[in-house]
Amino acid sequence: MRRRNDGTTECERREFLGLAVAGLLSLVPSFRHSVAVQDTLPGTGPSGRLWDPVRAGRPLDPVTAADNDAAIQAIEKQIHCTCGCNLDVYTCRTTDFTCAVSPAMHARVVALAKQGKTGEQILEQFVRDNGVAILMAPPKRGFNLAGYFVPSLVIVVAGAILTLVLRRWARAAPPPSTSRSPSAPTGTPEELERLRRELDRLSV
Amino acid sequence: MTVLGSTGLWLAFLLGVWGALAGIVGGLTARPDLARSARHAVFAMCGALLVAVFSLEWALFHHDFNVEYVAAYTSRNLPIFYTWSALYAGQKGSLLFWATVLSVFGSLALVLTPRHHRELLPYVAGVVSAVAAFFISVMLFGHASPFERLAYTPLDGNGLNPQLQNPGMVFHPPMLYLGYISITIPFAFAIAALLSKKLDTDWLVAIRKWTLLSWLFLSIGICLGMWWAYVELGWGGYWAWDPVENASLLPWLTMTAFLHSVMIQEKRGMLKKWNLALIIGSWLLSIFGTFITRSGVISSVHSFTQSNVGYFFLGFLIVAGILSFTLYAIRLPLLEAETRLESMVSREASFLFNNLLLIGIAFSVLWGTLFPILSELVKGTKITVGPPFFNQVNIPLGLALLALTGIGPLIAWRRASVPNLKRQFAVPVTVGAFATLIVLVAGMRDFYALVAIGLGAFVLGTVTQEFTRGARARHRQYGEGYALALGRLLARNRRRYGGYIVHTGIVILFVAFAGMAFKTETEATLRPGESASLRSPYGSTYMFTSLGLSQYDALNRQVTAAAVEVRRDGKKIGILTPEKRQHVDALGRPTFQPSTEPSIMSLLREDLYVVLGGVVNGTEQAVFRFTINPLVWWVWYGGLIVALGGLIVMWPGGGSPAVRRAQAGYAVRLVGEEKE
Repeated sequence: MRRRNDGTTECERREFLGLAVAGLLSLVPSFRHSVAVQDTLPGTGPSGRLWDPVRAGRPLDPVTAADNDAAIQAIEKQIHCTCGCNLDVYTCRTTDFTCAVSPAMHARVVALAKQGKTGEQILEQFVRDNGVAILMAPPKRGFNLAGYFVPSLVIVVAGAILTLVLRRWARAAPPPSTSRSPSAPTGTPEELERLRRELDRLSV
Repeated sequence: MTVLGSTGLWLAFLLGVWGALAGIVGGLTARPDLARSARHAVFAMCGALLVAVFSLEWALFHHDFNVEYVAAYTSRNLPIFYTWSALYAGQKGSLLFWATVLSVFGSLALVLTPRHHRELLPYVAGVVSAVAAFFISVMLFGHASPFERLAYTPLDGNGLNPQLQNPGMVFHPPMLYLGYISITIPFAFAIAALLSKKLDTDWLVAIRKWTLLSWLFLSIGICLGMWWAYVELGWGGYWAWDPVENASLLPWLTMTAFLHSVMIQEKRGMLKKWNLALIIGSWLLSIFGTFITRSGVISSVHSFTQSNVGYFFLGFLIVAGILSFTLYAIRLPLLEAETRLESMVSREASFLFNNLLLIGIAFSVLWGTLFPILSELVKGTKITVGPPFFNQVNIPLGLALLALTGIGPLIAWRRASVPNLKRQFAVPVTVGAFATLIVLVAGMRDFYALVAIGLGAFVLGTVTQEFTRGARARHRQYGEGYALALGRLLARNRRRYGGYIVHTGIVILFVAFAGMAFKTETEATLRPGESASLRSPYGSTYMFTSLGLSQYDALNRQVTAAAVEVRRDGKKIGILTPEKRQHVDALGRPTFQPSTEPSIMSLLREDLYVVLGGVVNGTEQAVFRFTINPLVWWVWYGGLIVALGGLIVMWPGGGSPAVRRAQAGYAVRLVGEEKE
């Protein structure tokens, strides 16, 4: 194409047809997608907008200082997200960016913290509003104590019983043969110890 | 083809029922014709199920969207790799996969088991047939047939969940299934031993490879699951104590306990009752895991949709548990030990405590998993039991177990003397103490991480000492060079030294787990050219600079990718490209919610993990999460070493006939045999 003096462009027939075909093809979605395979590098494109923002998922707000606040995160790690993901609020909001529940719960935590409430008070508030299932681990009181201590208790009791049984078995077992039977090997305690070590080494 | 598949299912079901009846009755009445018929029934059932699998795969690959299962889990533009794995992506297909693999394993067990165990085989055929018939019955009578047709034919299917479109998900579920399913073979032999009263150590020899195989599959399956969760889910971790994850850990723990305690039975003729109980318990836990995954009784991100299939599994679990343990109780008098423990300070005792801890951990995981149900039943209050609970209860137990991993091999069988203990413990304890001191001086203050590293060094000291002494002994005795001596040591006694390699892998895993205590992360909104920095626990500063975003189409998805330049202490080390993906069907219609695809740079010391959360106002200003995860690479490396050790242990051959005879155990005379 050549530029004329009056600002219009002179276009040859072949170029015109080419442009027309390209224009038509760009209306076909699949071709449009393949045309769109290009990098929007820094500084290019009007205000750095994405070609198709919908593809990038739900629009997000810029990260604030509260989002990275360690105290806020510590509280959120103790609160169960109610979206059904089984994760805590912090993990859900920084992982499942399609979730609308965890950002709302995060906003609630931040709002409560801004009111001057401590972590403990914020958790209590959540429990008042949603029930105890909102906590990632049940509080250590009442029946929940069984949850925390039964496994350890069972292991300690089983360990004690096992120790007693083993001790009884060991007592009931014949003592290590010290009397010399005719076929028993003779040797000094050091030699017998060495023999035992060698046998141990050969053992499976 | 669906008619062929359905016919295959029905045929397999009938053969399974016949195989179960013929096997048990043939074994009890010692009728060779029935025993033979049961054996053939297993083979025929296997053939019929393979035909059903072939039919389903045919429907999947031919995009027969009139089949409900095909429409639900595939689309025309789904890569072939994932079209194959759609076989077990859904509830119905995975039930078919379960039953088929079980019938293949059952057939292999019947073919490969040496002839001298032939008295057990009719019962084995019977039990395998019964279990397979149950799984097929769930498909046929629980509205879970993968061959159900729709009233119409959609133009395209829903496609596979994007999170399942990952290589880890192609291999993780089948590995885990193989682990679960193969436990049925040892269980079948255990029931066969109980029914036939052949309760000497012989049946243990028959199942040794199968128990190792199950354990190996479970280990690999669990590690692959961790890897998939890490690279795909985007939360930057690999274990979340999810009920389904817990369910896979339970049989692994009990099988690990069995692999240790069985040595005591083989070597000393003790713990027969305990070993049988462990095998039965492991199998019941594998069914329990299947129940948890499929019932929806406990909320989990992994589980299939809630359906009435759960009731089938619950009923089966209860009936199978009652039958197995009733039989076990009846046979208890025949399971008396041949010898008694001689000393509290012996390897037998240390193995017993190791078993106590393994079963204790399994109990605590089971308890935590079921506690929400218990709380609701007792108090009427719904609660959540998440990672904080499990970490609090299980980390100390896990560390105690790690300590026993090092202590066990240092104590002699039967009875250890004080000089022996001093000699054995001196080097490992010194190594452990020295390692603790080094990390303490380096500034580490996390208690559990310190203990894990100290104990890990202690166990590594034990393993190194065992290898060194063994190689030195061969060098002295046969004049072999140390490298050759080490190789032959391993080759001649695979079970013992392969086991030590497994222990090494476990140590690496524990230390790598401890690394997660030092995870650091930050969120940032970056325009192209802007940077965020993060300090690693090792003191380096990482600078993440956004280079901009691009959008393009791939086979079955529309991708928005960010390019992030990474610098460590000012030096460029690479570019990461986290993505947002919108999956579409062949017609360009979105199929699922947009998903995130983290980009990971794995370094020996730490992983850099970047997630693209989304964009602000449709611009290139993007929200990122940057995470530094220390020692994650070592988790995969540790898992590989565990698998390698497991393979060495189960590799056939090795050692002189005398050693093999010793390893194979000895026929312990049945106590009470005279009373029969």
